[in-house]
Amino acid sequence: MATYQNIFTQVQLRGEPEAGVAMAPGSEPRIQATSFNHLMGLIGHAQLGPVYLGWTGVASLIMGFFAIEIIGLNMLASVNWNPIQFVRMLPWLSLEPPGPEYGFSPFVPLAKGGWYILAGFLLTSSILLWVVRTYTRARALGMGSHVAWAFLSAVWLYLVLGFIRPAFMGSWSEAVPFGIFPHLDWTAAFSIRYGNLFYNPFHALSIAFLYGSTLLFAMHGATILAVGRYGGEREIEQITDRGTASERAALFWRWTMGFNATMESIHRWAWWFAVLTTLTGGIGILLTGTVVDNWYLWAQQHGYAPAYPDTGVVDPATLGSAGQ
Amino acid sequence: MRNILAIAGLAFASLALSACELAPKTSTQNGYRGTGMDTIKVNAKPADADVVPPPPYDQPSTEGPRAGAAYKNVQVLGDVSEEQFTYTMAALTQWVAPEQGCNYCHNPANLASDELYTKVVARKMLQMTRNLNQNWGQHVAKTGVTCWTCHRGQPVPANYWTMPGGAKNGIIGNKHGQNDPIPASAYASLPNASLASYLTGDPKIDQNIRVNSDGMHPTTANKTSVMETEKSYALMMHVSKSLGVNCTFCHNGNSFQSWSSSNPQRATAWYGVRMVRDVNSNYMTPLASVFPAKRKGPEGDTFKVNCTTCHQGKNKPMGGYKMAKDYPALWGPEKAVAPAAPVAAVTTQ
Repeated sequence: MATYQNIFTQVQLRGEPEAGVAMAPGSEPRIQATSFNHLMGLIGHAQLGPVYLGWTGVASLIMGFFAIEIIGLNMLASVNWNPIQFVRMLPWLSLEPPGPEYGFSPFVPLAKGGWYILAGFLLTSSILLWVVRTYTRARALGMGSHVAWAFLSAVWLYLVLGFIRPAFMGSWSEAVPFGIFPHLDWTAAFSIRYGNLFYNPFHALSIAFLYGSTLLFAMHGATILAVGRYGGEREIEQITDRGTASERAALFWRWTMGFNATMESIHRWAWWFAVLTTLTGGIGILLTGTVVDNWYLWAQQHGYAPAYPDTGVVDPATLGSAGQ
Repeated sequence: MRNILAIAGLAFASLALSACELAPKTSTQNGYRGTGMDTIKVNAKPADADVVPPPPYDQPSTEGPRAGAAYKNVQVLGDVSEEQFTYTMAALTQWVAPEQGCNYCHNPANLASDELYTKVVARKMLQMTRNLNQNWGQHVAKTGVTCWTCHRGQPVPANYWTMPGGAKNGIIGNKHGQNDPIPASAYASLPNASLASYLTGDPKIDQNIRVNSDGMHPTTANKTSVMETEKSYALMMHVSKSLGVNCTFCHNGNSFQSWSSSNPQRATAWYGVRMVRDVNSNYMTPLASVFPAKRKGPEGDTFKVNCTTCHQGKNKPMGGYKMAKDYPALWGPEKAVAPAAPVAAVTTQ
């Protein structure tokens, strides 16, 4: 790799581990164990730890562990506890939500979807505790809370799919199954049921922000790597103290497209694109089946579904009984 | 370093491409431009051609004494000439029991006897064939069907299905009727009971294959859940797989619902679904008391027909070869037949 092109060539140092800043008063103790890992050093920092787990971290990990455990053991049970079949069939296996006969009742027999509700509750608790953790850790370091809010945007889409929309529809059966292929089949069936999700404008916005995020990420990553030989990876310093790397990066885009983001604004661009992907996506899902039942007809009404020439094919159901 | 990268790159490329179809293909546009309505097929190799058995001999006269008068116990083909009858029997043997011969269905000492169950089944199947050729022109057109369309030289057609097991209790070994790759769901994690839902029962009653609403806002008229939609989706995947085509062969992808932007093949398929339901409900299922256990599924139901039974990966079975035109006996009116004793219980139409 062309590491020599960077001023700060990544030499993996081994010595006294960096303990970081002093803990704020009232903090819980960190796990003091530290180590170094060469492989981790190739993709990031070689030093592991100390970790600040705190009660939110401990509770989050425990709840997350039980959620994954419930999902995994249900899948394993569905193949008669056969570990070989579990591995072989894993992409197809799932933990299914309760059937429509249970409505949105929280009291569902475990084998009929109760496990799904329990796993969903534990997973949601785990995720929300992790949000709290990203918030409190950021505050403890004197940072803004941007990470927590961005994470919440993803949690919003997750909750709309698995809890809020099923609540509005009054049925757990509207929730997404926990499973690899099953959740993909659910997604396709969801679009089929509601007359093509591509005509849902919030779905369209979500896609635009998703693809925009990848584009911004590619542009930004490429720009910073390209000025790495001038120390451009020290983005944070260069936001306040522009150096030659920052100047070149800005100049490159101004020459290329007449406009450039700044060292600061590019991160706002990226943050908003990423956050809006799941925010608009969640709105789109929530409106589906609750407000709009057929997005194709909705899009025709609002003039943005294209009209193609009539093929002259008539619904046979309107032509009298079949086979006569 | 460079060598390692090159080798790794080559290995990755060959792995990534191993699932790709590299053979030459032909792409046909079958819808309005820009809609992605294309059918892409791998160019057929000569070995792929369908082998359709020729008629056993030159087609004989349709004149002369009727088979019903010449032979005893001819209940369906009694209205054809005696020569046509033996010609049809010869062809039928070649299509269904080429190795076993006449005795697969007949007692050689008494050809009129119904003592072998296979003869009772064959009679029902002849009724079915006549019904399909007479009444289901919207699906089989003038091409029609023969025994060969499904059987292809085997006593039991290669592609059939039976009812999946009922709902289980508990979580052990319970996949909730889905998440189990089987051909009927095109190896997806979609529900396995889709064929049972849509390809059995009264052919005149729609089983709610349609999931879309007619209006843009939710009403109580359509309460179809996403779970139920998966069944409909599974059936469509079955049709697609059976015919060797993708969704856009029939549908314009912008709206699976809209008929005015669909291709005529969608209407053909619509009749096909009902035709299969007719076959399963009125011909296969009533044979339950005739078939021995080895010809039934784990739930004790008879083997059933789906799209693959005839189509076998082609949008027209045998590439649309008009085979049935050589067998006028298969085009006559379907006849009500007396219940066969002692195996009995062959219901009449």
